[in-house]
Amino acid sequence: MSDITKQTLSELVNNIKKKKLSSSEVTKAFVDRSEKSKELNTYITEDFSNALDKAKKFDANPNLDLKLPGIPMAVKDLFCTANLRTTAGSKILNNFEPTYESTVTQNIWNEGAILIGKLNCDEFAMGSSNETSFFGNVQNPIDKNLVPGGSSGGSSSAVAAQLTPITIGTDTGGSIRQPASFTGTVGLKPTYGSCSRYGIVAFASSLDQAGPMAQNVKDCALLQEVISSYDQKDSTSIDFKRNQYSKELTKNIKGKKIGIPKEYRVDGMPKEVDDLWQKGIEYAKDCGAEIIDISLPHTNYALPTYYIVAPAEASSNLARYDGVKYGFRADGENLIDMYEKTRSEGFGAEVQRRIMIGTYVLSSGYYDAYYLKAQKVRKLIKNDFDEAYKKVDAILTPSTPSSAFKIGEKTNDPVSMYLNDIFTVPVNLAGLPGISIPAGHDSKGYPLGLQIIGKVFDEQNILNIAYAMEEKINFKNKISDWWIK
Amino acid sequence: MSIDLKTIKHISKLSRISVDEKKAEKLASDLNSIFDFIEKLNELKTENLEPLTSVAETTLKLRPDEVKSKNLREQIIKNSPKDNEDYFVVPKVIE
Amino acid sequence: MSKEKSEYLINRNDNQYEVVIGLEVHAQVLSQSKLFSTSATKFGAEPNTQVSLVDAAFPGMLPVINEFCVKQAIKTGIGLKAKINKRSVFDRKNYFYADLPQGYQISQFKDPIVGEGKVILDMPEGQKEVGIERLHLEQDAGKSIHDLDPKNTFVDLNRSGVALMEIVSKPDLRSPEEVNAYIKKLRSIMRYLGTCDGNMQEGSLRADVNVSVRKKGTKDFGTRCEIKNVNSIKFMQMAIEYEANRQVDLIEDGQSVDQETRLFDTKKNETRSMRSKEDAHDYRYFPDPDLLPLEVSDEFIDQLQSEIPELPDEKKKRFIDQFKLTPYEANIMVSDIETSNYFEDVVKKSDVKLATNWIIGELFAALNEKNLEITGSPISAGNLSKLINLIKDGTISGKIAKTVFEQMMEGDKDPKKIVEEKGLKQESDPKALEALIDKVIDNNRDKATEYKSGKVKLFGFFVGQVMKVSGGKANPQLVNEILKKKL
Repeated sequence: MSDITKQTLSELVNNIKKKKLSSSEVTKAFVDRSEKSKELNTYITEDFSNALDKAKKFDANPNLDLKLPGIPMAVKDLFCTANLRTTAGSKILNNFEPTYESTVTQNIWNEGAILIGKLNCDEFAMGSSNETSFFGNVQNPIDKNLVPGGSSGGSSSAVAAQLTPITIGTDTGGSIRQPASFTGTVGLKPTYGSCSRYGIVAFASSLDQAGPMAQNVKDCALLQEVISSYDQKDSTSIDFKRNQYSKELTKNIKGKKIGIPKEYRVDGMPKEVDDLWQKGIEYAKDCGAEIIDISLPHTNYALPTYYIVAPAEASSNLARYDGVKYGFRADGENLIDMYEKTRSEGFGAEVQRRIMIGTYVLSSGYYDAYYLKAQKVRKLIKNDFDEAYKKVDAILTPSTPSSAFKIGEKTNDPVSMYLNDIFTVPVNLAGLPGISIPAGHDSKGYPLGLQIIGKVFDEQNILNIAYAMEEKINFKNKISDWWIK
Repeated sequence: MSIDLKTIKHISKLSRISVDEKKAEKLASDLNSIFDFIEKLNELKTENLEPLTSVAETTLKLRPDEVKSKNLREQIIKNSPKDNEDYFVVPKVIE
Repeated sequence: MSKEKSEYLINRNDNQYEVVIGLEVHAQVLSQSKLFSTSATKFGAEPNTQVSLVDAAFPGMLPVINEFCVKQAIKTGIGLKAKINKRSVFDRKNYFYADLPQGYQISQFKDPIVGEGKVILDMPEGQKEVGIERLHLEQDAGKSIHDLDPKNTFVDLNRSGVALMEIVSKPDLRSPEEVNAYIKKLRSIMRYLGTCDGNMQEGSLRADVNVSVRKKGTKDFGTRCEIKNVNSIKFMQMAIEYEANRQVDLIEDGQSVDQETRLFDTKKNETRSMRSKEDAHDYRYFPDPDLLPLEVSDEFIDQLQSEIPELPDEKKKRFIDQFKLTPYEANIMVSDIETSNYFEDVVKKSDVKLATNWIIGELFAALNEKNLEITGSPISAGNLSKLINLIKDGTISGKIAKTVFEQMMEGDKDPKKIVEEKGLKQESDPKALEALIDKVIDNNRDKATEYKSGKVKLFGFFVGQVMKVSGGKANPQLVNEILKKKL
């Protein structure tokens, strides 16, 4: 088979199970394409030769009952992988090699998948364009010098460019859904507590969630089924009944009530985005869903709230990078000097900026005015959703207020960069599941996504809606392989 | 509200990140624009509201008192920038 | 005793100052594993051998709370007659230090697990109640070793993450004596409960001491200084005396006391300012987002309540009622759980009055001399009660008993065997005694005559002689009776 890398995950699994393809053939195909795609800069660390060895071993004794039998897979470099460098996109972890495996990646290997490498991301997942990575920008396969979104930019780019059949990212304020939207791929942020945070380099503990990124909804559902588990090693992991998302997937969403929040029609949003949203509403109706206008009155306060809560937690989570136990250390005359130089040289500008914001909002005299206030507003935002879900089963919004932008376009204006996440952030603040699916192109030919937000633990429902709409939308990504010479 | 250089120096001290004058000025300007946007929250009256504690819809689980982690000294120290096989080694602490 | 006698006042010029003291005691929770990780807590292990990935704060590692530590804290709260908070919250206390791997300590700031309680002290002038402000759970830090290398500091994380209870008293203490009594009482309660071993040498119990002074009779508190991390009662007392006098000197000199953190220098016996550290500290407490609020049910607390053993105050009452001990004796017997257990074991099978005297007198003196705790006593409770029974039934005299006791201290021997082997049994056969007495009178004819002529004081002389000749074994009571008749 010549076009192995063009196959969906489901096709690959099927072909391996039917012994039409071996794991080695599949792994080699993705490794070869990855080798030819260095210009995209999706990988921070490649593990190609190990992957090929593992594939051979798999083929020698294949367990075809697994969900991901011998499937090669690259993952965001925020997941700790045993004995393979894990950097979080930062100089401060440039040489860090964990001795342990994150629960999410362990779940994936347990189902037979094979690690092929670690994917680029914004430093400590702080960014919306992958431009804060110590390891350089990632190219969006859609067009040269276009950002792939962030922070899971290496992941979105790698899936869109078919360097890996599927991948996982993490989403703190939109870091799965926004890059999925920018690259014409599907990305799911699960309910907070659905996927274990154990072994994932932390950004903001109360918001971080790992999730699947894929070419289509079905693949996304299968990977979600694999990675979601209750984990006693994470105190915020939730023990709830998890569906067999891929098996229970259905296009029948007749009678589902879908809410359209009026507050998401923000000032300055391009008409194209609004039009796409309207089209999405029509598709949903075509699928048999009932459309209901709703209000989420505190939407406008979500971003300011997020930019207090996330940096506050980050400032504390990143205190452990001090040059003592692991990672980069700069020489210093004494302990404090060493700390200050290590962290000043080891962290990039955006991370330092967020640590400063976080330190400030928690500091004596400002805690009540900022941090405490933000946690109160966060409750209001959550209450908005609780109210809305009395009337509807899911909510439909655009994923982002614009399509992908050029590399360097927003780097000097942090606030305009932050505005990228305006539609995704409320979902993290409320701990809800949300999925972005590609829904069309703008006039430049760049993909645009729609976001479906669900109730807590209701991943199955939003996957079903996405699955039904996906068929109606019939999106085709326009990728020319421009980077392959 | 405006964050001045003195405040930047103070929070950089608390964050253990060294800043020189130039960096401090850039940070001050960035943080001021970010806080201008954050100040939007002041439109909301929140005096009588309870803050959110967690979005995780569960209670804290307790684990049994069992020793499971064995001697990991080699593993723990392996990644350290400086050690002497027994201890992590850091530059002298000056009080 | 008059109230003034134990009052601790500092006199300067014409002013009398009172000292106001509050303690923040850090007590290590007795548990197998750490508060948020599964590594061991044993004292004295090789450096960095009891450190998990969580304790060393590796990326992506998360805290999971130890149920037993929660129970230990609640039990301690019950022992302090305190309010147990059914909902408490873990916060992060943020600061950088080489032995603080996370860059923050997980502690409880706004909502501790235990609220207000009290401890009763038995002072010479009577009972004194000391208020407990709160008790919360927190992680211990690791250890920085500064003296192994001239240029570097070495870090051992074995202690990192061990569970501590911070017990904060109200500013109710007024003298170094009260501090001594308070620490001992607290330690005793926790040892009764089995929640902390109270071993101050190993650092299982240490305290931050808050000291202020005020003119006697005034109500407002003076500015306080906090003396950090003092690890013996003696040092606490010395630090308080130094610090109180320093503050009085400042005030008398027309200066003011600065609120600050100070360190007690055990070599120079003085406190000194740690101001450099204070400046940089702004702990930025906020609820730890890796954890949820800790919620415990009424049933959970009730179950723990039912596991609480008899505590020192109740035991003291019972000892006074049941065994008719004096309050003084009862205090000594209940001061720690092992002593009270030993006492109860002894009196199960022997006379209470004698047992009390022998334990407080001979046994404590002998243990003290050998620098032993009651748990290390060479004489088991069973053998001590046997010895007491030998005295009680007249087999040996009190004096012989002391000889036997000395031999028992050499190793836990059965006193009956010692008495048999060494032939120390008391001579109580009147005929044998008569023969002995006749011989003594015979040998001291002149003295006997003097006695009969009215020199009755010589009676003691004859008793002494009889005892001497019998090798101390003659039954003193019988000797008295027979001598009286014979003379």
